Amino acid sequence: MMSAVVATHPYIEALLKGHEMPRGGISWLDERRAQALERANALTVPTTRDEEWRFTDITPLTKLRFRPARATPQLAISDLSRFLAPEATVHLTFVDGVFAPELSANAGLPYGTVVTSFAAALHTHGAVIEQHLARHAGFEKELFAALNTCHLRDGAFVWVARNRKCPTPVQILFVSTQQETVAYPRILVVAEAGAECTLIEDHAGLGDEAYFSDAVTEVAVGEGACVRHVRVQRDARAAFHIATCAVALAKDARYASHAVTLGARISRHNLNVTQQGEGSEVRMDGLALISGRQLADTHTLMDHACPNGRSRQLHKCIVGGAAHAVFNGKIVVRPGAQLTDSAQESRNLLLSGKAQVDTKPQLEIFADDVKCSHGATVGQLDQEQVFYLRSRGLSPNRARNLLTYAFGAEVIDRIPVPSLIEQLGEMVLARTQVVGDA
Amino acid sequence: MIRPDAKVLLEVKGLCAKVGGVEILKGIDLTVRAGEVHAVMGPNGSGKSTFAKALAGHPSYEVTGGSVAFDGRDLFALAPEERARRGLFLGFQYPVEIPGVSNSAFLRLAYNTMQAARGKDELDPLEFDDFARGKMKLLDMDPGFLDRSVNDGFSGGEKKRNEILQMALLEPRLAILDETDSGLDIDALRVVAGGINHLHGPGDAVVLVTHYQRMLNYIVPDYVHVMGGGRIVRTGGKDLAFELESRGYDWVRAAA
Repeated sequence: MMSAVVATHPYIEALLKGHEMPRGGISWLDERRAQALERANALTVPTTRDEEWRFTDITPLTKLRFRPARATPQLAISDLSRFLAPEATVHLTFVDGVFAPELSANAGLPYGTVVTSFAAALHTHGAVIEQHLARHAGFEKELFAALNTCHLRDGAFVWVARNRKCPTPVQILFVSTQQETVAYPRILVVAEAGAECTLIEDHAGLGDEAYFSDAVTEVAVGEGACVRHVRVQRDARAAFHIATCAVALAKDARYASHAVTLGARISRHNLNVTQQGEGSEVRMDGLALISGRQLADTHTLMDHACPNGRSRQLHKCIVGGAAHAVFNGKIVVRPGAQLTDSAQESRNLLLSGKAQVDTKPQLEIFADDVKCSHGATVGQLDQEQVFYLRSRGLSPNRARNLLTYAFGAEVIDRIPVPSLIEQLGEMVLARTQVVGDA
Repeated sequence: MIRPDAKVLLEVKGLCAKVGGVEILKGIDLTVRAGEVHAVMGPNGSGKSTFAKALAGHPSYEVTGGSVAFDGRDLFALAPEERARRGLFLGFQYPVEIPGVSNSAFLRLAYNTMQAARGKDELDPLEFDDFARGKMKLLDMDPGFLDRSVNDGFSGGEKKRNEILQMALLEPRLAILDETDSGLDIDALRVVAGGINHLHGPGDAVVLVTHYQRMLNYIVPDYVHVMGGGRIVRTGGKDLAFELESRGYDWVRAAA
C-alpha cells in the first residue's frame, strides 16, 4: 500500500515513498502501522523553532539523499566481534535494519525467556506483543516514532516470564553498513512481574557511511521486576541517529538505564520513563563523548505519576572540538505522587574553546510532599590536576586524557557488564586522545 | 651529609618569580649537592612555597629573573614533566584530589613513565602492585590505598603519606618536600620522616620546606636557610632551626 497523502517535507516524502507498507495479515498490527503512517504524513519535520528541538538543527538530515537499502552485505560474525560483549551469549543482530539470523545466537535460553525477532515471536507471543507494541512509545506527535512505527517490519523481542531471570545479558546489535540508507531499529522488552534481565542495545556503524537510523525501543517492567538497560550509540561519524525509548514501570519495578553516546554527526535520544505504579525505582545514567562537529542531544522525561517513586539521574557530556551537546532533563511529579524522591545531576566537561553545551533541567512538581533536587555544572579540566600529573612525569596529553577518562568513568563504571566497562573505557581513552590532539 | 666534592644537583642564582603579577621571589641563591639535606624555613608569606612550585614548573608561577641549573641543565628550558623525568620531585603541600583515577593506576603510570625515561623495564599491574605494597610497608600504609581514587577523601596525613609513597616509587635525585609535616600527627610524622631518611642516600638530595622545626628532630639538615621577603636572609647549620624555634620569625621580617 502506498501513501496517497502528500507528506509535508520532501525528505519525509522520500522516506514514505520508498517504502511499501509491510503486510503481515495481522490486523491489529496493520492498523497500528496505518495509524502511524497517517501521523507521519501529517507531522512536520521539527525545526529549531520547536521548543523541543531548539538546539538541534536537523536540516543536514533532510538534505541527505535517500536511497532504498540494497541487498544486505555478507557479513561474518568476525566483522562484529569487536562490538559483541562476551557475556552476552544471547544476541540478535540486525544489518541495515534487517534481522540476520546467521549473525545471531539465541538458542539454549531457559524456559520462560524469549529473545527472538518479531516475525518469529508474533506466532508464539502475539498477545503480549499486541498488548505492548507501539503502546508505550507514542507516535501521535513524534514524527520519528511515527516513521519507525509505520515501517515496522522486524525488530527484537525480549520476554521474561513471571519470576524468571534471564541468565545472561541480551545484546541487540543494529549494525549499519550502507550509504544514504534508512534503518528503523525496533526493540520490545517485556519483563513480567518479578522477572529480571539485562539488555544491551547497541547501534554501531561498520564504516564511515552517512546513513539514517531511526530507532524506537519500548520497555515494560512488570510489578517488582527489574530491567537493566545498557545503550551504546556508536554509529558512523557521518550518520544521523534519532531514537526514542519509552519505559513503563509497574508497582515496585526497577529500571536502570546506562546510555553512552559516541557516534553520529547528529544524534537525538529521547528517554521517557513513566512510573505507572507505586514505589518504583529508576536510575538514568548518560554519557555523551563527542568531538569534531558532532551534535548529541539527549532529552529525558522522568514521569513520577505514582507515590513513593525514586529516581536518580546522572548525565555527563565530554565535548571537544567544535562539538555541541544538549541535555534537557524533565522531571514531572504528578498530583498525588507524594513522597517522590528524585535527584538529577548534569555535569559537563568542555575540552576546547569551541565546544558547546546546552543543559536544561526542567522540574514540574504538582505534589507537595516530595524531595526533588537538580544541579548542573559546566567546566574545563582542572589545571591543578593537570599540573599534579605532569609533575609526576605524565605528558600534558596523557594527563588530560587520564582526567577526561576519569570524568566519564563515573558513568561507565556503573554499567552492569564488565567487558563493556573495559571496552568503553578504552574507547573513551582512544577518543579523548583524538579530542586532546584536536 | 656534606661532601664539598659532591656533584652539584641544583644551582639557583638570583631567582625572581611572580604570581598573578606580584613579585614574590626577589633573588634567591642556593646550591644543593648530592647527599645533602637542606631545610628552607621562614614565616608565612616569605615565598617558601612559591620557590618550591617555581622549581617544579607550576604554570601560575612566572619566572622573571635569575637562573636555575638542575644537574647541569637549564631547568627553565624543561617542561614540568621533563623535570620530573630527570629526577626532580615536588611533594605537594596540598596534594590534589583526582576522583575517578585509581591510586594504583596513577602510581603505575607515573612509575612506568619514569622507568621508560630511564631506559628501564616497565611493570605490569600485578608486578607493580607487589612492588608498591613493599614501599607502602615502609610508610605504614594500608594496601587499600591502592584501590582508592588519587587522594580522594584522604585525610591530610594520608595525603602526605601518599606523596612520600610517590617519592619512594619514583626515586628522585632531588626531592623538594613542601610542608610535608603539616597535617601530620606526631606518630605519622615519625613514620613519614623515617621513610624520607630511608629513601635519602649519597646520590640524591632533599630540600625540606617547612615552617616548624619539629620535622627537623627526625630529619637532620645539613643546612638551614631562612627566607624572608622573597630572599634567603640567613643560612646556617642545624642549630639555626633551634634558634628560630626559640626566637620566632619576627627578626626575619625586620631583616627582610
